[in-house]
Amino acid sequence: MQAKIGIVGSEIRLAGEWTISGMADLEGELAELSLSGATSVMAQDIEAMDTAGAWLFHRALQRHALEITGLKPEHTALVEMVAALDVAENTELQSRGTLEKLGMAGWRLLSQLEGMLSFIGEAALALMHTIANPGRIRWKPIWHNLQHAGFDALPIAGLLSFLMGIVIAYQGAEQLARYGANIFVVNLVGLSMLRELGPLLTAIIVAGRSGSAFTAQIGTMQVTEEIDAMRTIGISPMDQLILPKIIALLIALPLLTVYADIMGVLGGMIMASLNLDVSYTDFIDRFGSSIRLSAFLVGVGKAPVFAAIIAVVGCFQGFQVTGGADSVGRQTTKSVVQSIFLVIVADAIFSVIFSLVQL
Amino acid sequence: MSEAILEIADLCTSFGNAVIHDHISLEIMRGEVFAIAGSSGCGKSTLLREIMLLQKPVSGSIRVFGREVLGLDDMEALDFRKSCGMMFERGALFSSLNVLENVALPLHEHTALGQDLIGEIASIKIALAGLPSSAKFKYPDELSGGMRKRAALARALALDPALLFLDEPTAGLDPLSASGFDELVLHLKRSLDLTMVIVTHDLDLLWHVADRVAFLGDGHVLGVGTMMELSKSSHPLIREYFYGPRGRAAREQAWKQK
Repeated sequence: MQAKIGIVGSEIRLAGEWTISGMADLEGELAELSLSGATSVMAQDIEAMDTAGAWLFHRALQRHALEITGLKPEHTALVEMVAALDVAENTELQSRGTLEKLGMAGWRLLSQLEGMLSFIGEAALALMHTIANPGRIRWKPIWHNLQHAGFDALPIAGLLSFLMGIVIAYQGAEQLARYGANIFVVNLVGLSMLRELGPLLTAIIVAGRSGSAFTAQIGTMQVTEEIDAMRTIGISPMDQLILPKIIALLIALPLLTVYADIMGVLGGMIMASLNLDVSYTDFIDRFGSSIRLSAFLVGVGKAPVFAAIIAVVGCFQGFQVTGGADSVGRQTTKSVVQSIFLVIVADAIFSVIFSLVQL
Repeated sequence: MSEAILEIADLCTSFGNAVIHDHISLEIMRGEVFAIAGSSGCGKSTLLREIMLLQKPVSGSIRVFGREVLGLDDMEALDFRKSCGMMFERGALFSSLNVLENVALPLHEHTALGQDLIGEIASIKIALAGLPSSAKFKYPDELSGGMRKRAALARALALDPALLFLDEPTAGLDPLSASGFDELVLHLKRSLDLTMVIVTHDLDLLWHVADRVAFLGDGHVLGVGTMMELSKSSHPLIREYFYGPRGRAAREQAWKQK
């Protein structure tokens, strides 16, 4: 039975189950009732009461200094207990002012930038140490990461650049056919795939696949204190976790880029023969004579830089995890967004530099 | 001690070839603090998980409030779960919510009460669990182990359950916090008329708080009764448990107090 409240003359009558499931409507009724004329409370019809009901009873009635009769002893005890608890006023969420929020966001950004820089420094130092003593290199995690970040990404990287090659050739076909310049599809596909799209596409795929995995792994290890355990055993997380990832990605990403280049050009070649009547032999002939080796090297040369960005951002964000599952998700998102952003910024810088030195 | 609130009959559980429970039967009365003891891996926590329908036993029956709970459909299971509270061993607080939000979550989800009232009721539960009100806005990772346990207890109490399950409530606490928790359990039992089922290794908790104790081992219930009765049992596993060096100290202390 639902909790009830009614007013007869100067008497408030209470009845029913004053429990969490029975008092759904009571709150609204209480807000509407005016208790100012009442002087006493009849409570003998209250059938059941829990802490929630006791609180509502206390909150609604006891501040009015009413005379309460008929409340069962066990319910009286409950109301007294609840009333005695220290329930401070601040039951609502604290909110911060706009200026404070802005300041905190700015401060977070700055301190993260600083953290990132010192992390890059640490990683670079550790990398140099390892190169100086190659005996310290931990091969097992490197192989493991090569397998997961490199080899396992072959199908998706290959498929996407194959499709990209098809799309470029297809988009170019109509324009080129209009001028009878069909054969220039080779330059179009070759240059755009080798110089820009191959490395960029691969880096974006790897950032989404492996950068996120690095962050999630390190972040979860941070939450479960595995990183701390590693430190106490005397294994540096830098040597065991971060360097192998950076080294593996430095090896894997250029190789993946070469593979993506090949698949992209292959896609363009197939499209060229279907849509523009450029036969495979013509395509390969033209490819050899019109695409210089430097185009390929420029593309593949960018890959290690992209690899370093992805690995460092992924690992750094992993170490930024504090607390629990929620934070792991947040940092993983940040890791992917930041590494893709930085990869594209780096690519733009490369373009400027290459055009200055006329490559 | 009147009626049985929880009856377990002929419960069998196995994981692969490992038999965890071999025809276990237990009866828990309304208003008592019932403890389940036994060595690690004897299926104590599994038993709780089965009662809360988080895990399915192979066969047997579990009746709560006189009603069979195994094989309930989703809606009925929800109703049943609302009437029980469970405190997990490691707290299982939601890390993205602060303590107040954690405790208020079941209230938001299952009642139609207003925002303010929910905040106040949640605050009562937090105070009831013995947390200072400064802890309300802290996130789980900012709390110490003892506070996390208390916050988990506050969340278990959120819907004013009639039946409360505590999984290792004092594990990992310092002796002072642990005895504070003992007091808390007794206080809750007295003031809220709760029935509590506690899974524990903690001998002090068993001696001071539990009305009756069931001792599990080898897949069977090796003994049920008050600690006094159990400590006179002749079963080798129980004797080892109570007459080992730690068991002796706790027993002597308990006797001194009586």
